[in-house]
Parts: sequence; structure tokens; C-alpha cells
Amino acid sequence: MLNQSSNQKMSQKHELFPLKVENLALEVNGKKLINNLSFKLEANGITALMGPNGAGKSLTLRLLHNLIEKTSGTISWNNQTNQKLIQNAQAMVFQKPVLLRRSVIENLRYNLHVKKIPNKTEQANLIEEALTRAGLKGHANNPARLLSGGEQQKLAMARALMTKPSILFLDEPTASLDPNSTLVIEDLIKEANDQGTKIILITHDIGQAKRLAEEILFLTGGKVCEQGKTLDLINNPQTKQAKQYFSGEIVTENQK
Amino acid sequence: MTDISEAFANALHLIISADKDLVEIILLSLKVNLIAVFISCVIGLSIGALLAVYKFKGRTICLITLSALMGLPPVVVGLIVYIFLSNSGPLGILGLLYTPTAMIIAQAILITPIIAALTRQTLEVMHNEYYEQLKSLGVSKLAMAKTLLWDGRYQLITVVLAGFGRALAEVGAVMIVGGNINHLTRIMTTAIALETSKGNLSLALGLGIILIIMSFIVNGLVYAINLTAERQAYA
Ligand SMILES: Nc1ncnc2c1ncn2[C@@H]1O[C@H](COP(=O)(O)OP(=O)(O)OP(=O)(O)O)[C@@H](O)[C@H]1O
Ligand SMILES: [Mg+2]
Repeated sequence: MLNQSSNQKMSQKHELFPLKVENLALEVNGKKLINNLSFKLEANGITALMGPNGAGKSLTLRLLHNLIEKTSGTISWNNQTNQKLIQNAQAMVFQKPVLLRRSVIENLRYNLHVKKIPNKTEQANLIEEALTRAGLKGHANNPARLLSGGEQQKLAMARALMTKPSILFLDEPTASLDPNSTLVIEDLIKEANDQGTKIILITHDIGQAKRLAEEILFLTGGKVCEQGKTLDLINNPQTKQAKQYFSGEIVTENQK
Repeated sequence: MTDISEAFANALHLIISADKDLVEIILLSLKVNLIAVFISCVIGLSIGALLAVYKFKGRTICLITLSALMGLPPVVVGLIVYIFLSNSGPLGILGLLYTPTAMIIAQAILITPIIAALTRQTLEVMHNEYYEQLKSLGVSKLAMAKTLLWDGRYQLITVVLAGFGRALAEVGAVMIVGGNINHLTRIMTTAIALETSKGNLSLALGLGIILIIMSFIVNGLVYAINLTAERQAYA
């Protein structure tokens, strides 16, 4: 039974990639926030989405995850453009974790309920696994919203990973964490990726990008500015904006 | 002055001796209002939760209507229910006028918009916070509404208590459709109005004291629930 469902997940994974984004645009109140965005991502590894504040990274992630509607363009997951069909194979962790007003364990159980996993033994196993992963076994019955920021983020990660998504979107998951918690989250990210989850991660932390990502997609002004292997792009950026960003200078809008 | 202090003493005596008439009136009050609030909850919580989640065309009109209904003058509601239930009215054959059922209907009409509007307000704030996360998990809109109702339970209990408090204090509508008939449709507020006008201050005062005590209990509960919710970060 378990094997069968994980086989299904595996086949879904193959079906999702490559991800092709073509001329993606998002317009809000006549303002073009995402502009002719095009790129292609392969199945494996961790891709870091980088770029200055307001570049459109979070919006891009939300568009890919179908949280907001695009204005035009195409997003195709292995030629499949119906976002709803693949929603269940995706998960996302937000910069500020959103946890339900329930206990830690109920937050996890809720996700299983939504994903329609009624089998009690399977539920118990997945919850046990998630609690261990988050290091929150001792907090299982505590209100989730009383956890520290780092613990909340670990819980959000564990919740996102519990149904083994094919793709995990992370929007600055360690932005407000101390170095220690950051490392724990990074380990969770690497572990998930080792187990076959594709990860698209927004980060401003160049060190984190180097530690985790094989590839960087560098955005400015709602467009892809540069895409390349992590070290190539950081050490030898081709565009002026990327040069400035990775050398610690400030990239301003009028320097586009 | 002695009249009043005597009335007050008599009132206390009525309460302490659990006077039969007094108790009967209190029990009927509770029965009518609890049933009315229960009906209002079933309708109002559902409407409120759905309005918090679904963003459809004409939603603004619904919200404005709801706010307007919140401010309905009780006597007007009483009048309308009266017209419907009176012998010549469309529902006259049911013979409900001057019965507790008529009072329950009137009270429910008054309280439902209050519960619906406050529920919508409370849950919309929570919805803004939850929306992206729930959508990310793949939760349907209807399931979102249910989730909000559960996660907002502490705040919603205080909403319901507010509705109950309002119902307890209501007099205009129940007076018109109930008729304040002794042993049949006489509840606390209508009895106070009538007994005062008849000069029977003792019973009126006794009921008044009970009403104030109930109001304190309701507000105490609201406070205690809010405190518990905040302590557990469930607010
Ligand atoms: N709902 C919205 N309505 C109007 N403008 C918006 C909306 N959401 C985002 N924007 C604008 O779109 C631009 C891109 O926003 P986005 O959140 O994607 O930036 P970002 O790259 O994630 O930046 P940061 O690094 O600061 O998180 C910003 O200029 C922002 O002000
Ligand atoms: Mg962002």
C-alpha cells in the first residue's frame, strides 16, 4: 500500500519536469510587475531565486504555485499547463510561517486530512516522521503558535514535506532565523532534495545559495536577468545588475 | 423614597425565595432567547463564514445589507413579524401570534444579522492570514470556511454571547408579537416594562436585578474566554 502510493509520487515527479516558463506576465492595476519572464528548470537539484528587493521573486513563486493568476504567458510542467492537476504535488513554505490555531500535532494532522489520507496507521507514521524531522516531539501537544520563530519554521517545513511533494517552494525560509536554526532548516532542505524533491528557494543569503543551490536564477525588474550555475554566476556574473548584487553594491531601479 | 426601598427589599425577597412567577418568567426568557440564538448561530455562522471566504460579485451589497440589518429597529421587526403572523397575514393560519414561537422568530431575525456580520468580520481577518497557506495545501473554499469556523471558535463564542446578551435585553419586538401574556409569553424585559407601568416595582426590580446579573455573567464569560484564547495563542 505504502509502496504503491510512493510509486505514484515518483511517476508524478517525472511528469512535472522540465518546467518551462514562457513570456510570463503579471499586471496589477495596469502595472507590469512580472514582465516577459522566461526560463527553464530541470527536475533535479536546488534552484535559488535571487535578485534585489522588489525584483518579483515572491510573485514568481506564487505564480508557479498557482496562488495568484497570471495575466499572460505559459507555465508548463512537462508540457502540462493545467496548474490545478499538479497542485497536490507541490508545497510551499512562506517567509513567515502560517500555522493554524491548533496544537503542533493537529497542524500536521490537518494536512493529512486535506490530502485525504484517512488510514490511521499511515497517518500516525507520517505524523511521527514529521515530528521527528522538525525536532518537535516534545512539543506535539503544545499550541503551534506559541513555538519560537525557528520552531515554527521547522514545523512549517515538516508539514510541507510530510506528503513528499515533487516540488517545494521556499520564500526566504531562514530570513529571520539565527545561524543555528538556519543550519537545521538547510539540512531539512538538503535531505528533502536528496529524497527527490525539487526545490526552488528564494534567498538573499549568498552563502546559503552557495551551500545549497546548484543553479541560480537571477531576477531584476520582473525579468530573468541571468541564469547559471551557482559558482559561475556568483564569481563571474555577466550582467551589470548581477555584478553589483553579488559584489554587495546596491542595485537600483534606474540602473536597469 | 420609602416606597422604593420597600420595593427593593421586596425584590430581593422575591429573588431569594425563588418566587414562582419570577422563576417562570426567567425560565421562559432563557428558553426563548437560547432557542433564538441557537437558530441565529446555525444561520449566522454559516453566512458569516461563507462571506469571509467567497469573493463573488455582489458581495459588497451583501455586506452593506448585513450591516443595515444589524441596525434594524426591534419594534419594526416586531411589526413585520406581527403582520406576517396575524390572522389576516400570509402565515396567519399557523396561529403563531402571541406564542413563544413568534417571539423566537422575532428574536432570531434580530440576532442573525448581528452574528453573521460579526462572524464575517472576525473570520475575514483570519482568512487574510490563512488564505495562501491553505490554498497551498490544496484546501477547497468550503473546507476553508470550516477551518476558519473551527480556528475562530474562541472569538466566535464571544460573538455568540454578544448575540445572546443583545437578545436578553431586547423588548420591543417580543412585546409586539408575544403580547406579554401572563404564564404564556411573559419574559423578563416585557414583564419589567408592564409591571413598571402598573406600579408593581418589586417584581420589575427583581427581574431587573436578575437581568443585570445575567449580563455580568455573559460579559464575564466573554472576558474569560478571550483570556484563555490569548494564553493559548488561539485568539
Ligand atoms: N498585490 C500587489 N499589488 C501591487 N503591487 C505588488 C503586489 N504584490 C507585489 N507588488 C509589487 O511587485 C514587486 C515585486 O514584488 P515581490 O514581492 O515579488 O518582490 P521580491 O522580489 O520578492 O522582493 P523581496 O526581496 O523584498 O521579497 C514589488 O515592487 C511589489 O511592490
Ligand atoms: Mg519576497
